[in-house]
Amino acid sequence: MDLGVLDSRYRELQRTVHPDRFASAGEAERSLSMQQATAINEGYQTLKDPLKRGRYLLELSGYNLGDEPHTIRDTAFLMEQMELREALGEVRGSSDPFAALETIMERIATDIVSLQAQLRENFERAGAADLEAAAGALMKMQFFRRLQEEVMDLEAALEDELV
Amino acid sequence: MALLQISEPGQSTAPHQHRLAAGIDLGTTNSLVASVRSGTADTLPDAQGRHLLPSVVRYRAGQAPVVGADALAAAVTDPLNTIASVKRLMGRGIEDVRHIGTSLPYEFVPGSSGMPLLHTAAGNLSPIEVSAEILRALKTRAEETLGGELQGVVITVPAYFDDAQRQATRDAGRLAGLNVMRLLNEPTAAAVAYGLDKGSEGIIAIYDLGGGTFDISVLRLNRGVFEVMSTAGDSALGGDDMDRAVAGWLMQQAGIEDDAGHGQLRHMLQVARSAKEALTVETSTPVCIERDDGTRWEGYLSRETLNELIAPLVEKSLVPCRRALRDAGVRTADIGTVVMVGGSTRVPLVRERVAVFFGAEPMVNIDPDQVVAVGAAIQADILAGNKPDDEMLLLDVIPLSLGIETMGGLVEKIIPRNTTIPTARAQEFTTFKDGQTGMSLHVVQGERELVENCRSLARFELHDIPPMVAGAARIRVTFQVDADGLLNVMAEEETQGVKSSIEVKPSYGLSDGEIETMLRDSMAHAGDDRDARRLREEQVEADRVLEALRAALAADGDELLNAAERALIATAAQALETARAGNDYRAIKAAIAAVEQASSAYVERRMNTSISKAMAGHAVDEFKSQ
Repeated sequence: MDLGVLDSRYRELQRTVHPDRFASAGEAERSLSMQQATAINEGYQTLKDPLKRGRYLLELSGYNLGDEPHTIRDTAFLMEQMELREALGEVRGSSDPFAALETIMERIATDIVSLQAQLRENFERAGAADLEAAAGALMKMQFFRRLQEEVMDLEAALEDELV
Repeated sequence: MALLQISEPGQSTAPHQHRLAAGIDLGTTNSLVASVRSGTADTLPDAQGRHLLPSVVRYRAGQAPVVGADALAAAVTDPLNTIASVKRLMGRGIEDVRHIGTSLPYEFVPGSSGMPLLHTAAGNLSPIEVSAEILRALKTRAEETLGGELQGVVITVPAYFDDAQRQATRDAGRLAGLNVMRLLNEPTAAAVAYGLDKGSEGIIAIYDLGGGTFDISVLRLNRGVFEVMSTAGDSALGGDDMDRAVAGWLMQQAGIEDDAGHGQLRHMLQVARSAKEALTVETSTPVCIERDDGTRWEGYLSRETLNELIAPLVEKSLVPCRRALRDAGVRTADIGTVVMVGGSTRVPLVRERVAVFFGAEPMVNIDPDQVVAVGAAIQADILAGNKPDDEMLLLDVIPLSLGIETMGGLVEKIIPRNTTIPTARAQEFTTFKDGQTGMSLHVVQGERELVENCRSLARFELHDIPPMVAGAARIRVTFQVDADGLLNVMAEEETQGVKSSIEVKPSYGLSDGEIETMLRDSMAHAGDDRDARRLREEQVEADRVLEALRAALAADGDELLNAAERALIATAAQALETARAGNDYRAIKAAIAAVEQASSAYVERRMNTSISKAMAGHAVDEFKSQ
């Protein structure tokens, strides 16, 4: 996904339909503009975020995400999760908590980048096995996403305590 | 007589089509009104040449209220009837007011919703009515200066204002007889004022420290589009708090007790404020306090002492700054420009700390008191339709998450904070009793898990759900946040396709009925002929609709409509022109509705065509990275 192109396309479209363009127009136009602008915002958010984008592409391929959740049996992945969580637990006690958080964030970022590479391959081949693999990769990405949120919450808490 | 409008060469709007629009900064301490004239946005002064209008209203029994500097003069002698900093009370409840209460020496009485009323010599008034008085004064000033009636205004609000506070501001505008085209966030307005150089690109931080509120916004500017990435703030942190800190120290020095009278407190605050302002240039300033018993205390306040007293407040402002950077996913190094807004940013310590925190010298060239009004005026000009070719676009965000109360006092988040608006989310509900025809939803704003830790926004009561077996109904509730950041709720029972009617019970605001009553009362009070005003309003609206239709048909009528469709629209337009020439406002209103009905398919076609044009020549493949 070329984010630069996505951004400029998004702005072009919003320029056309945004409610500010129709502030002095009639009821019907304003209501339509609201619907369109909302839809475009929705579309942009979906395509911009790798996790949402992945899910969307899976849906488009006809893969049903509502089926039973995958249990992740990838031991390497599970080990990684445990290590990251342990590292997170040790942040408070470390000599430089913010640096420690930074390291964890970088690790997660690298993991997500490799998952994205895998997803790119999966979607290009798009066979049944690939879609299955993509679903698995997305599930892993979700784990990482949750971890990222926990890291950010911890960073916020530490910063608030500084004051 | 209207001033001659001199158009810039290249401006496509003909001079006689210029619509009068203004931007209003409704501030805690001071308010301003600005407008674009001959291509430049300026604040409008009063007859005495003063640009700032103190946000103070004084009420007296049986007399019209006084607004501005004259009211401020009475603050010390008549503190209970002289209402200042009413912005701190907008959209707030009685518990919030108690928290701020010690610094605001007013008498409160309970109102119909959770919002308290102010008890004054002229009766019990809501903060909305007080704000409306200020807006009325600015409306008069603008209309007298510009020589005509305002078509529309943009009113600014702190980016961190919640739905109740925004709604209260909109209601105040309505009560003042203004057509509020948009509520604009103050930091975004400031960015607009500075972003006149359309070629600039980058990430901007807006640090807005006013009298009562603090806002920080992180924006990305790219070829005329301002995109808000995140916003945070503290709606109870501002210059007033600095005044209080200094006043507290002065009271200690002068041996005045905490339980001093309202007049004494007001005096202390004014002395504190003057001293603080003097220390922007001086390193030490003399201070003189009049005690209640007639004695005086004289001393000095140094900048060092001032810095010690206000340092904790300045540090407090950096907490939301960090949060905003985090939410935007940027570091301080990514921030190219910092813009300072609000009179309190003149304080040297504030500028020093901000420069160090962001690693950039803050921009202060536009008067920090005027910059917000100027930005609002620029947007008002565009929204009124004076600049059809302007490329500027503001993409703002909702500052606080919206959620609903679920079992056990928990909050389920429906729309997360920093979502770009307008936005909508739908949620499915069902009934739990056989034959249930109603449902109540409690909507809150905030980031916490428990309802009690969030701000209650309103209760939405759904009626007319078709009676069914418990659990069979599929009620789709759509939460929509518009470009003003205001929430609208719609509900539809899907299996039968029946739309529910929704009754809104705001937690801290006025219901539609109450506003209608106030509007009626205020018109009676002003001696206005209600019907004459309604007629004029409908005629203005009719002109607007006909004008827009003419322009649209000229642009693409031939392309998009066949002869039969065109004839239908022409007939409706003709009927409107006839009605407009008459005296019956109801007939005009009906004719407007008929024109909108006749042209609705055309309008939809036009919008789809613009979208197609914007998408034309682009393949889906373009998104693939190298």
